[in-house]
Amino acid sequence: MLIDFFLHLKAKKLPVSTREFLTLLEALKERVAGNSIDDFYFLARTCLVKDETHYDKFDRAFGEYFKGVEQVPGLEADIPEEWLKMMMKKHLTPEEKAKLEKLGWDKLMEEFKKRLKEQKGRHQGGSKWIGTGGSSPFGHGGYHPEGIRIGGESAGNRTAIKVWENREYRNLDDTVELGTRNIKVALRRLRRFAREGAEDELDMDGTIAGTARNAGWLDIKMRPERHNKVKVLLFLDIGGSMDDHIKVCEELFSAAKSEFKHLEYFYFHNCIYDYVWKDNRRRHGERFPLWDVMHKYGEDYKVVVVGDATMSPYEVLQPGGSVEYANEEAGAVWLQRMLDTWPRAVWLNPEPERLWDYRHSIELIRTIFNSRMFPLTLAGLERAMRELNK
Amino acid sequence: MRFEGTDSYVATPDLMLAVNAAITLQRPLLIKGEPGTGKTMLAEEVAAALGIPLLQWHVKSTTKAQQGLYEYDAVSRLRDSQLGDEKVKDISNYIVKGVLWQAFEQGKPSVILIDEVDKADIEFPNDLLRELDRMEFYVYETRQTIRAAVRPIVIITSNNEKELPDAFLRRCFFHYIKFPDKETMGRIVDVHFPNLKQNLLREAMEVFFELREVPGMKKKPSTSELIDWLKLLVAEDIPPEALRSKDRKVVVPPLAGALLKNEQDVHLFERLVYMARQNR
Repeated sequence: MLIDFFLHLKAKKLPVSTREFLTLLEALKERVAGNSIDDFYFLARTCLVKDETHYDKFDRAFGEYFKGVEQVPGLEADIPEEWLKMMMKKHLTPEEKAKLEKLGWDKLMEEFKKRLKEQKGRHQGGSKWIGTGGSSPFGHGGYHPEGIRIGGESAGNRTAIKVWENREYRNLDDTVELGTRNIKVALRRLRRFAREGAEDELDMDGTIAGTARNAGWLDIKMRPERHNKVKVLLFLDIGGSMDDHIKVCEELFSAAKSEFKHLEYFYFHNCIYDYVWKDNRRRHGERFPLWDVMHKYGEDYKVVVVGDATMSPYEVLQPGGSVEYANEEAGAVWLQRMLDTWPRAVWLNPEPERLWDYRHSIELIRTIFNSRMFPLTLAGLERAMRELNK
Repeated sequence: MRFEGTDSYVATPDLMLAVNAAITLQRPLLIKGEPGTGKTMLAEEVAAALGIPLLQWHVKSTTKAQQGLYEYDAVSRLRDSQLGDEKVKDISNYIVKGVLWQAFEQGKPSVILIDEVDKADIEFPNDLLRELDRMEFYVYETRQTIRAAVRPIVIITSNNEKELPDAFLRRCFFHYIKFPDKETMGRIVDVHFPNLKQNLLREAMEVFFELREVPGMKKKPSTSELIDWLKLLVAEDIPPEALRSKDRKVVVPPLAGALLKNEQDVHLFERLVYMARQNR
């Protein structure tokens, strides 16, 4: 049954691996934790979750799983945990303990399921069932959670809030919106400190060490120059429906500026058409035709568009749909042209991902971008960067 | 061996469990948490509580994994060779043992602290995978394998500046020290200042937790800052009433420099206090 727990975590998108799961079983076997469900919760967390951004997800998954179990028929009897522990000590002889150890994982699972069935059929929380269930935490590791589960149910009845229901780690979840600091962490992903290319830098330390190793014969070492190869074009949606997001946008922008050597940025409004501009105050005086931009910056540039993509569908689909001027070609055509020029492009959307389905224009642009639209959260940004690095 | 906290260190049950799991299953324990929540202290306290030696390895941006194992001091060998020193014939004279080597040859349990592992290059944790897994490594210069007779307890701290590789994480236990609640904080302060005046402590804690609640704070004051601040309050003998001063001229609590480390935060705080007074 603990396998179910593991699979449940996996289904909830927690990055848990088999190795970690085995560690948890080992820890249970070594009896690192006590018998209470809180102990099991802490132990499972310390074994399986390796990043505090997943704590909240784990809390929810844990709660769901153990709540579901409480509804298993035959477990409705309220069994106090202390009483269970007492019963276990009373009922288990050393021989029985040894037998439990010997039975092994699968056998135990079967045994337990059988008991459960029996329980449903004949007993109403009878002593046999409780005795068996109670012995479980002292048995094999896999069996332990069964005992815990029963304890958990009663613990829930006695204390108002369970630890994992506090959801204290919600703020650490990386699916919330960005601040300047976490943007930097994610943008660093974009940098590739690949040491490649010509050997064109004298490696001073290497030369000294090499010479010393040679007992005095000069041994010159060269190394490739370390440089940031990533070139980025940034398109920022400005004004209009973006006004709520402008702060987030600027944070991303200011972070991005210090991260790349080759970074060019342009502003647009709602959707990208014939022109983009560099200075929002002089947006009408100083415009750059998108054709020129596409010719100037080669296909090795990676394109990041930041915009909420929230507009009327006409602005994307119809020629002349722009709210600012009569555009000869539709926004969709221009977007497609951009993607043809720069195959590696992503769209970052500050709107929460759950709202995307309700906006027609978002759906449109997402289709044009081949689903490469990501929310402007740390997790979304990481996905976007990974996409760009592919 | 079980760790149950010490007289000078308050460990929450979940932290104790994580430490004990790491001790029992002999796997490294990775500790993260807000700055000033006692990550580095933990290793010292575990070593002290269990009465075993502590070996510290403070990681910097230039630290290489190799340095924790051993270093070959080629430069002094070169010098010796030019001076015609006899020592030069044996290469093992120039092998400098690193922290892990020292721990491995103890022959009894010890605690290794790898502090701020995220400061180093991204490949650093990967380079230590096998060493921490098998607790052994190979010395190429002298062609010997160093193996730990007794597996040391490894505690690793991280400040989250870089993401650690998955392969590394899978081999560790992980614990995130969350910021202590009021009750735990009370116990922590008790441990540091057993004779603190009760009302001073109460007032100080109120101010402290209020300060942490201020929105938009760049650097929230942490436990170690509270301890410093209390130290100052006690040293200056500030009366508890001063912390709740109704005097309009006093804007920021006394000696707040110990709590607010960022000029912008001080400004923000002053502005908020000012606005609050205006509304009154």
